[in-house]
Amino acid sequence: MAENKIYGAIAAFKSDTEILEAARKVRLAGYSKFDCHTPFPVHHLDQAMGMKRSKLPYFIICCTIAGFTLGLLLQWWTGAVDYKLVIGGKPLFALEFATPILFEASVLLTAFGAVFGMLGLFNGLPMFYHPIFNAEISKRITDDRFLVSIEAKDPQFDATKTTEFLQSLPGAEEVQLIEA
Amino acid sequence: MQAVANEFKIPKENPLAKPPLIEGEQSFSTLTEAVSVVVEDKTPRNWYIAFAISVLGTMMLGGMLGYLVFTGVGVWGNNQPVGWAWDITNFVFWIGIGHAGTLISAILFLFRQKWRTSINRAAEAMTLFAVACAAIYPGFHVGRIWLAYWLFPLPYNQGMWPNFRSPLEWDVFAVSTYGTVSLLFWYVGLIPDLATLRDRATTKMRQMIYGIFSLGWRGSNRHWQHYEVAYLILAGISTPLVLSVHSIVSFDFAVSKLPGWHTTIFPPYFVAGAVFSGFAMVMTLMLVARWALNLQHLITMYHLEVMNKIMLVTGSIVGYAYSMEFFMAWYSGNMYEKFTFFNRAFGPYAWAYWTMFTCNVVSPQCFWSKKLRTSIPFMFFISIVINIGMWFERFVIIATSLHRDFIPSSWGYFRPSPVDILTFAGTFGLFMTLFLLFIRFVPVIALAEVKAVLAHQQHKAHGHAKH
Repeated sequence: MAENKIYGAIAAFKSDTEILEAARKVRLAGYSKFDCHTPFPVHHLDQAMGMKRSKLPYFIICCTIAGFTLGLLLQWWTGAVDYKLVIGGKPLFALEFATPILFEASVLLTAFGAVFGMLGLFNGLPMFYHPIFNAEISKRITDDRFLVSIEAKDPQFDATKTTEFLQSLPGAEEVQLIEA
Repeated sequence: MQAVANEFKIPKENPLAKPPLIEGEQSFSTLTEAVSVVVEDKTPRNWYIAFAISVLGTMMLGGMLGYLVFTGVGVWGNNQPVGWAWDITNFVFWIGIGHAGTLISAILFLFRQKWRTSINRAAEAMTLFAVACAAIYPGFHVGRIWLAYWLFPLPYNQGMWPNFRSPLEWDVFAVSTYGTVSLLFWYVGLIPDLATLRDRATTKMRQMIYGIFSLGWRGSNRHWQHYEVAYLILAGISTPLVLSVHSIVSFDFAVSKLPGWHTTIFPPYFVAGAVFSGFAMVMTLMLVARWALNLQHLITMYHLEVMNKIMLVTGSIVGYAYSMEFFMAWYSGNMYEKFTFFNRAFGPYAWAYWTMFTCNVVSPQCFWSKKLRTSIPFMFFISIVINIGMWFERFVIIATSLHRDFIPSSWGYFRPSPVDILTFAGTFGLFMTLFLLFIRFVPVIALAEVKAVLAHQQHKAHGHAKH
C-alpha cells in the first residue's frame, strides 16, 4: 500500500465509555484531524474530542429573520400595494391579522435552515462515498461499534506509530489502516 | 421503640424509582436486531391481508373524490344552513390526530421525557399520514379542485392575491407549514436509522435505496454535533408550531361571529382536544403494533400507562372547556349564545352531544384507576371510544352551531350523504395504507435514540451498584 493512498487509521470500541476515554487520549496525544463514529450521539464526546460549539444556530436565526421578513413583505405588498381590495372594512394591512402568517413563515424557514443547513452546509451530506466505508467494521457503526479514525492528513500521523498508539488504547479492536 | 423504628424504616427500594424504559437484558445489537428484523423479515401474510383491505379503502376514497370532482360538491350532504359539515369535521378530526405525534416528538423531547423514544417515530409517522388525510378535505371542498392553487400566494395571470385577513388563509399556511416541518423532523430522526438498514442490507436493491435516503450517514461525531443542535431547534420550533396549528384551525370558527363558534376559549380547548384524540389514536395503533411486531419490551406497560395519564389530563381539560362554554353562554346574557348551547345539549343534535360528552369526559375518568389504566383490552377499547367522541366533538361544534340560523325559516338539519360516509371511511383506508407501508419499510422505533436511552440506563445501573 502506497503511503499517499492511505486515508487514515481506525480503531473500534465496544462501549460509549471506552470511546470517551479513547477520544480524550487521542486529543491529548496531540492529534487534531480525527473523528469518532458512534451509533448514537454520545454525551460529553464533544468535550472529550475538544470540539467547539456548533455555529449552526447563527445560520438558523438568519433563516428565521428571513422567514419573518418574507412573510411581512408578502402580506404587506400583496394586500396594500399590488392588489388593494377592501374586505369587511378591514385595513389593507395590519400587524394584527398578519401575525399568524408571520409566525408560520418564520417557523417554516427556521426548519429549512435547521435541516438543510445541518445536512448540506455543516455536514456536507449527502456524501455517498467516504473512506471509512472501506473498513468492514464501519458497517457496525450504525449497530453497536464506536470507531475512532485519525486522518493521514494530521501532521502527527505516522502509519506505524499511529497504529501502535491506537492499539494501546484500552478496549481497542480491529485497528487498521484504511485506503482513501 | 424498636417497633416504631421498624415501621418508619426507609424501604430498600426507592418507591419513586421509575421502571426501566427498555425491558429485559438488552445490548445495542439486540436492539438493532429487534427493530430491523421487523423491516427485514419476510412480509407476514396478515400484513398482505391488512394492506389489501386498506388499499381497497384508498381506492374507494379515490373513487368518491373522482365522483365529486366530476359531479360537484352537491354529492355531499352539505346544504344551507349547514354549509360546513363532515368535510370540515373530518379535516379538524384528522389534523387533531396528528398533534399527538408532534407533542410526543417535540414537547416531550424538550421536557427530556425519555420514554418518548419508543413511540415517537410511529407517532410522527401517524402525524404525517393524518395531515395527508386532513389536507384532502379543504382541497376538495373548494369544489373546483383544479383551482385549489388559488389558496397559495402565487403570481398568476389574474393578478389576484389571497386575502390575508381571512383565518382560512392563515389555515393554509398553518397546515402546510405543519405538514412540511413534521416531514422534515421525521426525516431527520430517520437518517441514522436508515443508515442502520443500509449497513445491514443483504440485497443490492435495499442497500441502494436505504443508502440514498440515509445520505451517506457515517455516525461521525462531528456530524452528530450539528445534528443534535438541529434536532433541538426543530423540537423548539415545533412546540409553538403545534400549538399554533390547532389554534389557527380554531380561528376558522372563533373569528367568525356565529354563536357557538365565537368564543375565546377555542384555541386552548382545540389544542387540548387535539392532543387528547391524537394520544388515543397513538394508543390504538401502538397496541396493535407492539403485539403484531413483538415490540413489548420496547413499548412497555410504563409507556402505555403514561399515555393513559396524558389522556386523563387532556380529557379533563376538554371536559372543563365544555362546561366553561355553557357557563359563558349563560353569563354572557346573549340570547343567541344561550339558545345555541341549550339547543346543542337538548335540541335535535342532543344525541350527538351526549355521545361526545360520554366518550370524551366520562370515559377517560376510568383511568384514575391503576387497574384499568394498565389493562390492555380496556385501554384499547377506551382509545377507540375517545376517537369516536372527538370526531363527534367537531361535528357537534360545526353542525349544531349552523343548523339553527338566525331566522327560523332557514333552520335545517344535516344528514350525511352516502358519499360523505364512504369518503370518510376511505380516508381511514388511506391512513392505514400509509401506516402499513411505514411499518414495512421504515424502522418503527427510533433506534439511535433508544440506544442512547439504553446507554443511560446502563450507566445508571452501574452507578447504583457502586454505592
